[in-house]
Amino acid sequence: MATLERTTPGVETERKEVAPASLWRITLRRLIKRRSAVAGMVILGFLVLVAIFAPLIAPYSPTQVLIGVEDVKRRSAPCIHLLGCPEDQPQHIMGIDGNVRDQFSRVIYGTRFSLFVGFTTVGVGIVIGVTLGAIAGYFGGRSDNLIMRVLDVLLAFPSLLLAIAIVAVIGPGLQNALLAIAIVSIPAYARVMRASVLSVKESEYVAASRALGSSSFQVLRDSVLPNAITPLIVLATLGIATAILDAAALSFLGLGAQPPTPEWGTMLGTERNQVFTSPHLVFFPGLAIMITVLGFNLLGDGLRDALDPRLDHGSAKSKS
Amino acid sequence: MLQYGARRLLSAIPVLIGILVVVFFLSRSIPGDPCKAMLGEKASAETCERFAVANGLDKPLPAQFVVFVGKILQGDLGESIRFSRPVVLILAERLPTTIELALAALVIAVVVGIPLGIISALRHNSATDVATMVGANIGVSMPVFWLGLMLAYLFAIVFKDTALALPPSGRITPGLSATPFYEVYGLGVTEGTPWFLILEFFANLYIFNSIITANWEVLLDVSRHMILPAVALATIPLAIIARMTRSSLLDVLGREYVKAARAKGLRERLVVLRHAMRNAFLPIVTIIGLSLGLLLNGAVLTETVFGLAGVGRILFEAITARDFPIIQAFTLVIAINYVLLNLVVDLSYSRLDPRVRLESKD
Repeated sequence: MATLERTTPGVETERKEVAPASLWRITLRRLIKRRSAVAGMVILGFLVLVAIFAPLIAPYSPTQVLIGVEDVKRRSAPCIHLLGCPEDQPQHIMGIDGNVRDQFSRVIYGTRFSLFVGFTTVGVGIVIGVTLGAIAGYFGGRSDNLIMRVLDVLLAFPSLLLAIAIVAVIGPGLQNALLAIAIVSIPAYARVMRASVLSVKESEYVAASRALGSSSFQVLRDSVLPNAITPLIVLATLGIATAILDAAALSFLGLGAQPPTPEWGTMLGTERNQVFTSPHLVFFPGLAIMITVLGFNLLGDGLRDALDPRLDHGSAKSKS
Repeated sequence: MLQYGARRLLSAIPVLIGILVVVFFLSRSIPGDPCKAMLGEKASAETCERFAVANGLDKPLPAQFVVFVGKILQGDLGESIRFSRPVVLILAERLPTTIELALAALVIAVVVGIPLGIISALRHNSATDVATMVGANIGVSMPVFWLGLMLAYLFAIVFKDTALALPPSGRITPGLSATPFYEVYGLGVTEGTPWFLILEFFANLYIFNSIITANWEVLLDVSRHMILPAVALATIPLAIIARMTRSSLLDVLGREYVKAARAKGLRERLVVLRHAMRNAFLPIVTIIGLSLGLLLNGAVLTETVFGLAGVGRILFEAITARDFPIIQAFTLVIAINYVLLNLVVDLSYSRLDPRVRLESKD
């Protein structure tokens, strides 16, 4: 801070050099100022810990059938000692599922699947989408037309229905469901990437880079991608939320993860007809999905606000 | 405006052709033999051969595609393999369920979402604002099917025998029936004609049908059945619309012309409704248009949860049963709807925003 008071020319240049490198730090600082983003990060941090330490947290294995192990009945309601459940009964804080397994352990292990689903689908979608968008935007002409028309057709279907159709073709299962959701998410990333490419394609620094002999790939990687990274990060964070919801929906319909996988959507789907008699079997997995999706949504919103230069709320000071 | 509309319509044609290709080849790549799926695993080779010939499945794929497109252009969507009934008839029965559900959800989302957003924006950072935005964030994060099941449990079991009890499934109480309006008014129609299909379509919009036949008992019953699925389906779009209304209005409220309107001494109501809202409306319309897609997505899940025989449900069942004509016709109808709705949203921009109208002149 003290250096700022001095106005020697040397300090001026020093500050200018530092500025681009600290863009991420500025973003992080802005992010931390946003309550929703902090809430999102706390939720996600918590979930990552739960996923990593699942074996330590879960009292049982997620697939262990408790018949003969404990005196519990199928689909019995939660029993929590602190809330007055008799001490002589085994504690199951989320109750017992239809196959006499500990629901709490299954929900805990489910965290792993949900986070895995979110990151892998968006990862695959982003890689393919960015590549297609870059090709379409950079080379233009016929390849642009072809790629964008095909993606327009993909966009003409409601995403979940398209994912259902794709899974119907390649067969049900968690991996195929992930692939279907990734495919469905491609157009969004491709469009953002293409728009970014178009916005900088004619700029002088791209021309300069080309004049220096950079290959198309180098130009795209070094000059274009950094411009697209901001909207892509926001889109990806929010995309993870959608991917988790869609994957849960496919599993709910019986097209995603298959039993006995402790996947939240599958757990909900297999017990959905018991909702009137054992609501706890539907309530907890759904709540878990909601919290996870909420975490990504909050973080995504926070990121968007923090990275959007037009929304310069608290950052006016750091700019001057 | 007209020219712009025509041009947008033309640009939709390649997409529509693409949709035809995708729908046809996707539905044909679904593994499994429709014969085995329909007639059982034990169907003999001869039976299956006859089945294939009867349904045109013996020809090579490109030939099937040509037949498929030719028939569609004649308005013939084929016959369902599973139900042995014309697909158009099934469409006329099932489509109204989904349209009614989606419209009810959209109405709830707009009627509740926009005012919530306005109140949040006007009382920026107040407790109401914070509560609404927290609620909206939770709303967009809820799985539709979970919300549906929880609502069904709450209103059918927890509130059982109270005034709040609501039916958890179906469109109408068994035993009650909605007499089609064309019968009530004695419109003589013969089954199978296009005119009959149109009347049948409208008669299957139960709420519409019971209103014009003045059948209040059925109207009440049908509306009660509609509440839970519509609320479940409306939640996500509602949250999105409320958020968009809030941020859009906040953006506009800080503009010079709003200050000017206030400085003129206009009443706050007028400033908000006439000066601010009109300008804030464009992004809101966009988001309403986008939520139509969400509604269709959600409809598959909502229909499954609430046992409604709508488009989403039958399409899902048809995919499992390899009922190609149904899969093709319904995906086609959905995709075309989707394209046309987006077109309508685009066109409504030019009505709402004069600047867009200028662009179309070039």
